[in-house]
Amino acid sequence: MSNSNFSRRGVLKTGAIASAGLAVPTYLRADGHTGFTNAPADGGPVKFGFNVPQTGPYAEEGLDELRAQELAVEHLNGIGDGGLLNTFSEKNLDGTGILGHKVEFVTGDTQTKSDVARASAQSMIQKDGCIMINGGSSSGVAVAVQGLCQDAGVIFMAGLTHSNDTTGKDKKANGFRHFFNGYMSGAALGPVLEAEYGNERNAYHLTADYTWGWTQQESIQASTEALGWTTNQNVLTPVGAGDFSSYIAPVLNSGADTLILNHYGGDMVNSLTQAVQFGLKDKQVNGKDFTIIVPLYSELMAAGAGSNIQGVFGSMNWNWQLQDEGTKAFVKSFGEKFGFPPSGAAHTCYVQTLLYADAVTRAGTFNPCGVAEALEDFDFDGMGNGPTTYRGADHQCFKDVLVMKGTDNPTNQFDTLEIVEVTPRAQVEYEPDHPMFAGGDLGECNPGA
Amino acid sequence: MDDIILQILNGLDKGSAYALIALGLTLIFGTLGVVNFAHGALFLIGAFCSVSVSRLLSISFEMVDETQLDFLGNPLKVETPYVHAWFGPEMGASLIDWAVPIAILFAIPVMILVGFVMERGLIKHFYHRPHADQILVTFGLAIVIGEIVKANFGANPIPTPAPAAFAGAMDFGVMLGFEPNAIIYPIWRLVYFLFSMVIIAAVFVFLQFTTFGMVVRAGMADRETVGLLGIDIDKRFTFMFGLAAAVAGLAGVMYTPILSPNYNIGMDFLVLSFVVVVVGGMGSLPGAVLAGFMLGILQSFASMNEVKSILPGIDQIIIYLVAIIILLTRPRGLMGRKGVMEE
Amino acid sequence: MLGMNGKDTTLFIVVCLMVLLAPILLNPFPTGSAFAQFNAGYPALLQRFVIFGILVIGFNILFGLTGYLSFGHAAFLGVGSFAAVWMFKLLSYNIVPAIVLSVIVAGLFSVVIGYVSLRRSGIYFSILTLAFAQMMYSIAYSDLVGKVIGTPITNGETGLQVYNDDPQILLGDGPKTPHLFGLEMNSSFTWDVGGWSFVFQNGYYLAGILMIASFYLAIRIFRSPFGLILRSIKSNQNRLNYTGISTRPYMLTAFVISGMYAGLAGGLLAAMDPLTGAERMFWTASGEIVIMSILGGVGTLIGPILGAGVIKYMENIVSTINDNVVHGWVAFMPDGLENFFVAIIHPFIGKGWHLTLGLVFMAVVIFLPGGLVELGQRIGAKFRRKKAPESAATSAEKGTV
Repeated sequence: MSNSNFSRRGVLKTGAIASAGLAVPTYLRADGHTGFTNAPADGGPVKFGFNVPQTGPYAEEGLDELRAQELAVEHLNGIGDGGLLNTFSEKNLDGTGILGHKVEFVTGDTQTKSDVARASAQSMIQKDGCIMINGGSSSGVAVAVQGLCQDAGVIFMAGLTHSNDTTGKDKKANGFRHFFNGYMSGAALGPVLEAEYGNERNAYHLTADYTWGWTQQESIQASTEALGWTTNQNVLTPVGAGDFSSYIAPVLNSGADTLILNHYGGDMVNSLTQAVQFGLKDKQVNGKDFTIIVPLYSELMAAGAGSNIQGVFGSMNWNWQLQDEGTKAFVKSFGEKFGFPPSGAAHTCYVQTLLYADAVTRAGTFNPCGVAEALEDFDFDGMGNGPTTYRGADHQCFKDVLVMKGTDNPTNQFDTLEIVEVTPRAQVEYEPDHPMFAGGDLGECNPGA
Repeated sequence: MDDIILQILNGLDKGSAYALIALGLTLIFGTLGVVNFAHGALFLIGAFCSVSVSRLLSISFEMVDETQLDFLGNPLKVETPYVHAWFGPEMGASLIDWAVPIAILFAIPVMILVGFVMERGLIKHFYHRPHADQILVTFGLAIVIGEIVKANFGANPIPTPAPAAFAGAMDFGVMLGFEPNAIIYPIWRLVYFLFSMVIIAAVFVFLQFTTFGMVVRAGMADRETVGLLGIDIDKRFTFMFGLAAAVAGLAGVMYTPILSPNYNIGMDFLVLSFVVVVVGGMGSLPGAVLAGFMLGILQSFASMNEVKSILPGIDQIIIYLVAIIILLTRPRGLMGRKGVMEE
Repeated sequence: MLGMNGKDTTLFIVVCLMVLLAPILLNPFPTGSAFAQFNAGYPALLQRFVIFGILVIGFNILFGLTGYLSFGHAAFLGVGSFAAVWMFKLLSYNIVPAIVLSVIVAGLFSVVIGYVSLRRSGIYFSILTLAFAQMMYSIAYSDLVGKVIGTPITNGETGLQVYNDDPQILLGDGPKTPHLFGLEMNSSFTWDVGGWSFVFQNGYYLAGILMIASFYLAIRIFRSPFGLILRSIKSNQNRLNYTGISTRPYMLTAFVISGMYAGLAGGLLAAMDPLTGAERMFWTASGEIVIMSILGGVGTLIGPILGAGVIKYMENIVSTINDNVVHGWVAFMPDGLENFFVAIIHPFIGKGWHLTLGLVFMAVVIFLPGGLVELGQRIGAKFRRKKAPESAATSAEKGTV
């Protein structure tokens, strides 16, 4: 094991101090010959750190990510049916690990708290010698861990994080995001909402009062106003409020005919359930049927909201009901092992693990700078999202986005959402210097050591 | 005007939840003097009584339907609840639909039993221990209960809808002579308000007008003297613990249609219920109820857009702000007794 | 020695040795062995041990001596961290101004909050501190101050961190990571010996030395006339008032001292890892401080530090043990037995670490009414009884340790 979060100068200095202070026989292990943090020993295993919420509100989502990550490691090591390795457009991975190193992993609990997530990631880097950190279920945590990985000199492959900031103002050279973002949700939902609800809607936003909520609300407001919709109010609600009734009660008398819930997880389950209890879905305002929209969906929320979700539009990064070969291969692998279809968060974490492994093979090194270069502007296909590009300018993946709707007549317990439209990638693309993403600085890739 | 009435209505119904939870807590904390961090867990157990009943009613047998396929392309296993088979599809469906009200009947004995076991098995040994020890042991218990629930039901919120008859909203304004569609309010929330009024009234009547209640009140005021009179006050306190558990549990059962429960729901309510009890004043049942309604209504008003536009974020801090103001102007909360938990 | 009595000197020396040798002592299993999972001797966790140690030492001056239970102490930790990160953003990565300012800011907050809250006692005091802390948490989480001013102050849930385009007017050519006049906090020195690999990190030793200093100060406060007055407030505040002593100034001093300890801990957290978020101020964080103190043994000098260590250990180590790891431990068993063993242990590790935590809390308070310190005393007493039965640990001793 080698902790190598140090600069050469620091090593020499501390080395001197420590030897003087302790006067014990020592030898300096500078790790300089490898040139980067946690380089795997020749022929030894390489370790990934899977840092997901295992307790707290997103525990189920985190555990689903963990299942997918374990599956990815099995496939990399040649166990099981190979899953997406069979459909992936690159064929460098052959089930013998990565560059001859067997893949191992360690797990940690982020509790969906930035501090804890960083502590857990530090433990993976310092104690377990992980070369890559993957997973997570919150933008705040993703931004925090991404910053840590940048400083420590390891690659961070983000899990579920939807805030524009992750690859906007908080982007980092060592961090990569496969998941889509608030802007893409807005861009994908726009045309579908126009076709479904016309150009004259008056929208009332309830927004979770933190960065993810703000960026998503901004994105959705921009794309709906481009359709000609007006924005009635944007009301910020405390995170974890539980009872949203006092925010929902004024909606009906406000003159709005559309309610947009910029909430996620438990907050969204509660606000949607309560909005439906207020009878919003059955009302007529301005001569139109009142409508509720939930811009970001997940299987977790769909299951928690039960029948309230029927007919409600939203967007997703990926869904197991897609019919392409990649999706079918992944659903089969995952479904046969665990007995239920994978969630979108699971898919992202699985794909991120494979993409990292492939980038290492193409780069021929685990050096984060080499890996980053291999991932930048990398085009691939066969991972369930259609042709995809990892843009070099901000390390954001560009791919098709799914517009979803709550199934009206579910036939089984997994049948909660249906795919309305696969929005083509061209429609959700944006320039790296788009105002909603401006202000960040990717910086230089950091190999550590 | 209708906005104001809407928020008063909303405040009453928020307040009834706070009052109900605080009532149970104040019976244990304000009167028995035990700092019970496991009170949220009692609310949690109540909420999951409701989930359990709906699960029990929907226990199903599987039949393989060759005509349909599941997500992996295998023949679909169709699940039919036993109640459908036993009582016919219609009766079965309405039984499942009424799971939450049925859970009330189920929860009362369960919660009283839980309360007894908790008091006899654990809390009893901590009456004479420092408050610090009470905090640690009840907090530990709360974590353990939460984890057991998580192990059995997962960490996701579980939808537990109200019966179809109570789903949706009604036009409350018309009953008060307003224009139609001015004040629309969910039926289940009105039911919750009425339910909590009944429970609160029942607890007060019980303590005020029965001999048993009289002895308990005397015991709260001066436990030793009552003991000297030859009354086995311990037994009655055990019963009170059971009663408090039942009140907390029922609050949980009835709240599930409003808030899909998950294993953390108890902790979410824990801090708030302590604030309500202390603002109401230690040792005072009417104080706890009053504080619950007051904080509920103030929070509703603070959430109005008109208020938030003047004071951004006021809705997030109003409860704590009010708590500070009250505790500084009234040394023992609204109706607290001197000397209870002041050391 | 240094103005301490014999027993305190022994305790102090033990603590010093523990802190200095922790990177070795807490790494008992060779790297790569099946039980290396239990090693806690890596810098990130060691730092947390000593920083949370400082926090609870300070908390103990308030709660342990006076019995006033502050349920909002994490707020001071939080403001300390925010102050430190702002210093990094504005000046440079030198930790001296950051830590000094974090102590001062936490001190100012504790003067105001203490002055108001100490007007009440008992549970009313606890709820007042809780209310202040929760308000500060909400304000930081949604960055209400930033919204009014128009520029992020706490940066909401994402947390405050240093960006490349921050002013950092004193940065110059200095290191781009927190440092003490050039000595970088995250640089370390690795000593490989046998199968072991011990890491000695600058940041840990800085925090460790500050913890030793904090501990020394706490011993002196515990044994001073001031400490005696604080104790008498706990035992009978009324009597003190009747004898004409106004307790408020003493209480406020204790409150501010413990608030500044929390600020120091917050500043150090930021110095080790320059990012901070509002969740550091949430009530569960305050509750954790209370639990740490009680778990270790309220009112004892060393107890709260042990409590902090146990909780941080569980959070960082038990939560990372997954089924694969357990399989690794018991690989020597026959398959059936191995799977059985893993199945038994499965609920308590990884995602189930909270369950273990809850059970430990209950077990400690039921079987060790004096907290973890009592465990040490009982063991100590057992050993001593063999040598000299009459010197068994007594409850009188418990009061003084």
